[in-house]
Amino acid sequence: MKNIGVIIELDKGRVKEANLGMITLARAKDVKLFAFVLDKQAISVKAVLESFGITTIVEICLAKDQQNNPATRAKAMINAIKKFNISMVFGLCTAMGKDFLPRMAALLDAPLVMDCFFVDLEQKTARTYQYSGKIIATIQLSGQTLLFGIRPNAIEPVKAQEKARILKFDSSHVFAGGLRVLKSGGAEKSTAINLAEADVIIAGGRGMKNSENFNILFQCASKINAAVGASRVAVDSGWVPYSMQVGQTGEKVSPKVYIACGISGSIQHFAGMKTSGMIIAINTDENASILSNCDYYVKKDALEIIPVLTRILDNG
Amino acid sequence: MQIYVCIKHVPDSAANISIIGKNSIDENVNFLLNPYDEHALTEAARIKNNLPGTEVIAVCLGKADAEKTLRSALAMGADRGILIAKEKNYDSRVTALALKAAIEHDGKPGLIFTGKESIDEGGMQTMFRIGALFDFPVATNVVKLDIEADRAVVVCELSGGITHTYEMSLPCVMGTGRGLNTPRYPTFPDVVKSKKKPVQKIAFTDLNIKASLAGMRVIELKPLYQARQPKEIKGDATVVAKELIRILKQEAKVL
Repeated sequence: MKNIGVIIELDKGRVKEANLGMITLARAKDVKLFAFVLDKQAISVKAVLESFGITTIVEICLAKDQQNNPATRAKAMINAIKKFNISMVFGLCTAMGKDFLPRMAALLDAPLVMDCFFVDLEQKTARTYQYSGKIIATIQLSGQTLLFGIRPNAIEPVKAQEKARILKFDSSHVFAGGLRVLKSGGAEKSTAINLAEADVIIAGGRGMKNSENFNILFQCASKINAAVGASRVAVDSGWVPYSMQVGQTGEKVSPKVYIACGISGSIQHFAGMKTSGMIIAINTDENASILSNCDYYVKKDALEIIPVLTRILDNG
Repeated sequence: MQIYVCIKHVPDSAANISIIGKNSIDENVNFLLNPYDEHALTEAARIKNNLPGTEVIAVCLGKADAEKTLRSALAMGADRGILIAKEKNYDSRVTALALKAAIEHDGKPGLIFTGKESIDEGGMQTMFRIGALFDFPVATNVVKLDIEADRAVVVCELSGGITHTYEMSLPCVMGTGRGLNTPRYPTFPDVVKSKKKPVQKIAFTDLNIKASLAGMRVIELKPLYQARQPKEIKGDATVVAKELIRILKQEAKVL
């Protein structure tokens, strides 16, 4: 019997959708599934977690002023891993995960593969994308504790009802020296849907022409529950903030649908979105490379199509 | 103060990557400085400007031809370079051990920079491993940085524009993100000067890195094939919009 741990990421107290695919991936015969919750809300998430096969929920209680300190969280998590004899640890490869999982791996001196879209628990291998998404790499991990950062949305969640117990793990004495959180937050558009975790992304490029036209995408996005992304050209032109960039040097995303508006589809842009389920391209330039590497394309101006789409959705 | 900038020699993102054998790539393509490392070098040069007496040292674990990338780093403002010459590729754990050994042997780091990730393997962890080995605090995806007498105040970006501001004791390790600065690309005189700057070569094997059971090994590489068959949606804007809604509802099932 192996103990496998998944680190649950919460959003305003709720279990983020992306956790459920990760739990599905970590589930196997002869495995005891532990969920680690670092935000003191284990009771409120118990029902969801046990419906996906979690049998133990460990609530890690941190001192109040340490709750959002990633270094303290990593230390506390390592103590818990040791205490519960966890041999494999799964976490989400989100912005939070990128500041957390490698801290744990470094402190444990344990192997970690980030951005995995598949893990073979038996073989102890993980699959991830390398070289700008051009190559699929299978990586063998060895060591006492193995860590995996899972790409959000990469795995379809499947339910498996269990009953879970809640254990409290007091970590209020844990304190990381050297790093102190002065401020957190400051989102420009805090209501915006997170790019990396969105099911649908509507993104704009050179064809958007200016900053104001991005409002057309935001309006449509609010109707179809999408996040709004951008190509590097749109970011470098100062039309939208860098946090919206999809691509090699921006966010790497795998939504179910990616709608590219006025985006030519450079290799660097594809590096960030080629693993999307479906790609729909709207572009007036019939030589745009994205038109030969998508599922559907429209040879028209997105500035003309998208407002009509929004209007029809508005009218039901 | 000595600032060490750890840089990586990576294949150009536009290069065609072909696979040799089961788990290596054909390295006969254009290699360059990892783009995120450019921000690290630019930031180090900026700090040096404000703090006279600062020395910027670029460190690279790479094969012999990585000297070219090290020269680019020197052209971007590093004072000298250290090339840890390797014959084969290592995981980020061993990479961090090698970088740490070389830095420790060379001097007293006040700051250590890396890019927030490399564009080839994208492990996103070397900075944390270096930090743990030195017992220095670490921040990654740093988009703003202020160095004060005894502390660094950094702003790290999470997705969706959410940021965290951390205070770190010095020395510390930072993984630089794209928002930090605009890389200062070298002028012709910079390039000429960089050729005269010293590059010290150390053999990886001379660092006596101990073997360990823990690690990551690439066992297979495969090209990602795209099997998309593009279909055109024709008609006026209303027809197209209605068809898009049908696709989103019935095929993608997201509406």
